[in-house]
Amino acid sequence: MFPEIGHFALILALVVSLCQGSASLYGAAKQNKDLITLSRPLAHTQSLFVLIAFACLVYSFVSDDFSVLYVASNSQLALPLLFKVSAVWGAHEGSLLLWVLILSTWTTLVCLFSKNLPDIFSSRVIGVLGFLNFGFILFTLFTSNPFERIFPSPLDGNDLNPLLQDIGLAIHPPILYVGYVGFAVAYAFAISAMLSEKLDKNWAKWTRPWTTAAWLFLTIGIALGSWWAYYELGWGGWWFWDPVENASFMPWLIGTALIHSLAVTEKRGVFISWTLLLSVSAFSLSLLGTFLVRSGILISVHAFATDPERGLFILIFLISVIGGALLLYAKKASDLDKKVGFGALSRETFLLLNNVLLVIATILILLGTLAPLVLEVFNMGKISIGAPWFEIAMLVPMIPLLILVTMGMHSLWIKDSSFNLYKKLRSPLGIATLVGIVIPTFYYGRSGLLLLIGSTISIWIIISSLLSLRSSWKNNQGRFHINRSVAGMSIAHLGLGVFVFGVTIVSSFGVETDRGFSLGDQISVAGYEYKLNSIESIKGPNYEAIEADISVFDGSELISHLRPQKRTYLVQKSPMTEAAILAKWNKDLFVALGDSLGNDSWSIRIQYKPMVRWIWLGCLIMALGGLIAISDKRYRR
Amino acid sequence: MKPRQQRMLAVGLSLSGLIIAAILTFKAFEENMMFFITITDVVENNKAPIDREFRVGGLVVSDSITRETGSLTMSFILTDNRNQLTVNYTGVLPDLFREGQGVVAIGKLNQNVFIADTILAKHDENYMPPEVIDSLKDHVAETKEGY
Repeated sequence: MFPEIGHFALILALVVSLCQGSASLYGAAKQNKDLITLSRPLAHTQSLFVLIAFACLVYSFVSDDFSVLYVASNSQLALPLLFKVSAVWGAHEGSLLLWVLILSTWTTLVCLFSKNLPDIFSSRVIGVLGFLNFGFILFTLFTSNPFERIFPSPLDGNDLNPLLQDIGLAIHPPILYVGYVGFAVAYAFAISAMLSEKLDKNWAKWTRPWTTAAWLFLTIGIALGSWWAYYELGWGGWWFWDPVENASFMPWLIGTALIHSLAVTEKRGVFISWTLLLSVSAFSLSLLGTFLVRSGILISVHAFATDPERGLFILIFLISVIGGALLLYAKKASDLDKKVGFGALSRETFLLLNNVLLVIATILILLGTLAPLVLEVFNMGKISIGAPWFEIAMLVPMIPLLILVTMGMHSLWIKDSSFNLYKKLRSPLGIATLVGIVIPTFYYGRSGLLLLIGSTISIWIIISSLLSLRSSWKNNQGRFHINRSVAGMSIAHLGLGVFVFGVTIVSSFGVETDRGFSLGDQISVAGYEYKLNSIESIKGPNYEAIEADISVFDGSELISHLRPQKRTYLVQKSPMTEAAILAKWNKDLFVALGDSLGNDSWSIRIQYKPMVRWIWLGCLIMALGGLIAISDKRYRR
Repeated sequence: MKPRQQRMLAVGLSLSGLIIAAILTFKAFEENMMFFITITDVVENNKAPIDREFRVGGLVVSDSITRETGSLTMSFILTDNRNQLTVNYTGVLPDLFREGQGVVAIGKLNQNVFIADTILAKHDENYMPPEVIDSLKDHVAETKEGY
């Protein structure tokens, strides 16, 4: 019965979301007080129905209701409870429902925290969000209904894809979606601003905390995905320039650009039209990512052609969301920007450059992701663009971007003098150059141009961010005052520096090697000794595994036992590599078990990853910076 | 600085950035573009690029996997159901590599043997690399037309 309740609740949510969209927008256009007052209750009703639908699906999973097709294909009796819940978003249908749930949650939050905004403005925002949710619920109901039944129902399910049976992947999609969908709020604010009679910079102040919130979740979501790929896919890379990853990275880059341009718009009232355009683009790229991942077009252009329903729907939705916004933009934004000047050397200029470079980076990734599709469509051969291209192409915008970070942080609004800026930056740069050359050359024992550039810039960013953080608190006659905007900004940039340092060191000094081991063999990799003691069979709840026991020595001292596994999941019969990792703050030792080579000997992949933790740590610090910036008091006024 | 000058500066900077980016990008693009070539094109039509990596894909032929005991180097035969290609590979194999499975190999051709440096087999027992499906399909379509 619960699946039917869920299905019915979702249909009700569809109807209510349509009412929410039309009543709020029409009410705002006609300045009809009654309709405007309706917008919040309607939004809450819609969210409630979505929540009921989602709860019903969760219940179907937890109660092992295999008469529901989606449950039968993605769960089984022996699956641990945690994974039964996370299996809800383990495949297409459920993850769409999760998307809808998150969009209605954002809508509810907007309703609750927008009471200090003008009614007409917030009503429009709620209206736009209502229409967006209408589109997604429609999509779910008509192309991907998770409540569909099968008859006769199977006795046991087909199990969740073993790859997804992991805590990292249980929490990665929800957090990533919170980020993706959060840009819908920035989009709705931008649309609402463009529909206003008089567009001013107030909107920028209202939308800033929402944009930063979306961005911080996206940051954590991407970092979690990278971390998961690192240990669960079993092969020790942290970013593969896979189209699915690119689909999440593009909105992140544009979101980052948006945060910076919003800062200029709020403070100085310039770049208004550009900021509007970025707000629209960030959400459009989130949708494009969904389209690429969900339509199957990435797997093959032909997969899209054989099952075009889903892809076509998202494509039409995408075109109306982007097209509608751009039409409005073309009509409204022509003479928005006030004639406010700023000096060639000013914070405005640095933030402008930041935006240009981030947009270039996004365009490059878009190019690399879509080029294979385009060539295939036009029958110009099947190609793939590998990670090496992305790595080279990203250097073009990223090196100047990273150099400009410190200058942007320490320059003044409106006009700065080059002498002043030089005075502030020279000692951090001096120290950074020294440390940036000493650490790689003497500690790790090698140097190279890119390596030295990377380590110097990252340390420069770290030092400057700390200095900027220091300037964010003032001791005013015993009363301690922190400017949270500045503190958040500094901490986010500190995170960037930590991230870049990690990337630089791990890509220069990481060691990866595949070796054949026999029992009792001892092999040395990057200064550590690995000894294979035993190989045993073990049993898990829904899998069997072979487990190796490998002792790791630093010199003659035993530092750890690593136990990598090769699992075979009983239902889907698929083998899975579970790597064993010795994680320290400054390095990871990573061991993955390969295949039997016969005669008690095994292939084993061993990796030495210095500073790899700094990559994810950096992302978390960036997100923390975002959180602190949101907590600034001026957003609560 | 006047707004007009500002705009000129912005446009100028973006343009020069874009031009540099474009030049570097296209150069790197050419170098890093990797073609997928069907086994039949490699074996019959000599279409394999020389001194450059490319991708081939097909099914792993049953009983074709050989390796010396204890060695990381192994060899197997890939087929598109029409022609066969011997592949050599040294290293740890992906989890789903097995006989009858569709895989993609990346590497170079050396005297009619494909020396792979990467083997891809995705994480789904029913998964088949799209290129492999296409090249198998090409073959079926051609046979239907009376080859």
